Amino acid sequence: MLDDFFLRAILAGVGVALVAGPLGCFIVWRRMAYFGDTLSHAALLGVALAFLLEINITLAVFAVCTIISLLLLALQKRGGLSSDALLGLLAHSSLALGLVCLAFMTWVRMDLMGFLFGDILSVSRLDIGLIYGGGAAVLGVLAMIWQPLFAATVSADLAEAEGLKPARANLIFMVLMATVIAIAMKIVGVLLITALLIIPAATARRLATGPEQMAVLAAIAGAVAVLAGLFGSLEFDTPSGPSIVVAAMLLFGVSLTPVATGIGSLMRRMGKDA
Amino acid sequence: MLTSQKSLVRLTGAGVFKDERWLVRGVDLAVSPGEIVTLIGPNGSGKSTTAKMALGILKPTEGSADRLDGLRVGYVPQKLAIDWTLPLTVARFMRLTGPLVEADSRAALRMTGVEHLGKSEMRNLSGGEMQRVLIARAIARKPDLLVLDEPVQGVDFNGEIVLYDLIKAVRDEIGCGILMISHDLHVVMAATDQVVCLNGHVCCRGTPVSVARSAAYRDLFGPRAAGALAVYEHSHDHEHLPDGRVRHQDGSVTDHCHPGDGHHHDHAHDHGHAHDHDHAHHDHHHGQDHPARRGETTDAR
Repeated sequence: MLDDFFLRAILAGVGVALVAGPLGCFIVWRRMAYFGDTLSHAALLGVALAFLLEINITLAVFAVCTIISLLLLALQKRGGLSSDALLGLLAHSSLALGLVCLAFMTWVRMDLMGFLFGDILSVSRLDIGLIYGGGAAVLGVLAMIWQPLFAATVSADLAEAEGLKPARANLIFMVLMATVIAIAMKIVGVLLITALLIIPAATARRLATGPEQMAVLAAIAGAVAVLAGLFGSLEFDTPSGPSIVVAAMLLFGVSLTPVATGIGSLMRRMGKDA
Repeated sequence: MLTSQKSLVRLTGAGVFKDERWLVRGVDLAVSPGEIVTLIGPNGSGKSTTAKMALGILKPTEGSADRLDGLRVGYVPQKLAIDWTLPLTVARFMRLTGPLVEADSRAALRMTGVEHLGKSEMRNLSGGEMQRVLIARAIARKPDLLVLDEPVQGVDFNGEIVLYDLIKAVRDEIGCGILMISHDLHVVMAATDQVVCLNGHVCCRGTPVSVARSAAYRDLFGPRAAGALAVYEHSHDHEHLPDGRVRHQDGSVTDHCHPGDGHHHDHAHDHGHAHDHDHAHHDHHHGQDHPARRGETTDAR
């Protein structure tokens, strides 16, 4: 029989995966993997500030990630350094700042490992509420901005010329990313969030024939990885966060084999019949 | 100014300053419903920049770009690279910037001769197929203003004529204004009402229509081409060198071209400009160019 904490972990993990899949597709399409990394590094600064100001950790992480996103946009607009240099600068500055802040707060005794690698087995009912509430909001907003955001992904000029206001869609997307980082941190930890965004999307790519289909498949692949990872960690007594990422990686490996090619062509045929 | 009230888009003294230089400067341009304006000029002369100002993708650093409120735009960009990571079929691409009735999508693809490509992935298209799909997508929107950046690049000569005929047919059918960038310095679509030659500024402008009817032209390109293409012969009294300096007709070289040098046509000698009527307006100097004149168009519609 499944324990209560394990059921909560499954609920939380699947919830995060369902949101991370579609957003991860945009990360992959737009070559923004390092952006995801930057936000998750910045999350640690959010954790430090939460202890310092005694506010909710998820809220603090969301705030810091949003600020870092806006800072990135402003620095990019100013010109000069290239985007990847700016991302590296912001990622490691905020990470270092977070660690220094934590060191100053000698009265705080916290489990740094829990934040780096996640602590999915300790999620509370409140956490689950936050994941599903926040996740539903993220998916709802993503559905609303899907058209301009996707058009801007294909060609920013085309989207702008035909009146879709891609800049606004990009801004909203960054806030959505900050939300996902904040709610996913507890599940896989700041070091592995990007994996949960990218690997299921990469897995879905080989099976998908359209962007919307790829988003759905990425959500499913992520959920399967969470289930497999959690049961694996129970079976082999391995840390849960990394186990989920390993499961996602194995799933990606399967997608490279002829099995997946067969499923892919089957889906293409179904798509043609429809 | 016959068109000042009705222009779909109007650039007035517009220029873009970027990375410490002017990409283009002092452009006056207007496109009215049903009018075809073609931009020509060498590489780096500011054709795409001008089109992007007209589209609102780039904001003019000086001057202004005004579009009608609620203007429906169809844009054919110069390049579109689709990454492997993006699963995108032609059918889905047709609906990229707005909902589209399936029948309209098919009709547009049929008009450009690529109906069979509906299920193909965008990244697998050849250069010519990509151009046809891009044009199909833009016209399927039934735009008020159609902007095409080198729409026939990578298309063979016969295909070029067919696509130019198609663009003209679209103009005739939905009455949209068209702003087109030509990939060829001298050959433009015959239905063009106005050719604007850019070289960092407006060098000259005129109509190409009469040339297409001339016997010499027909000898050069054949009778089929006469319906779709026209030669825009023109000469400038100065030349922009690769290092940014300017060589004048008398052989002298200066750092800039001066307003007094004139980017007008030299009326003292015979040139093959495509007018069969008075064009005293060529006596302007750049920087104080006049807006588009609809009065000089001939039988284009």
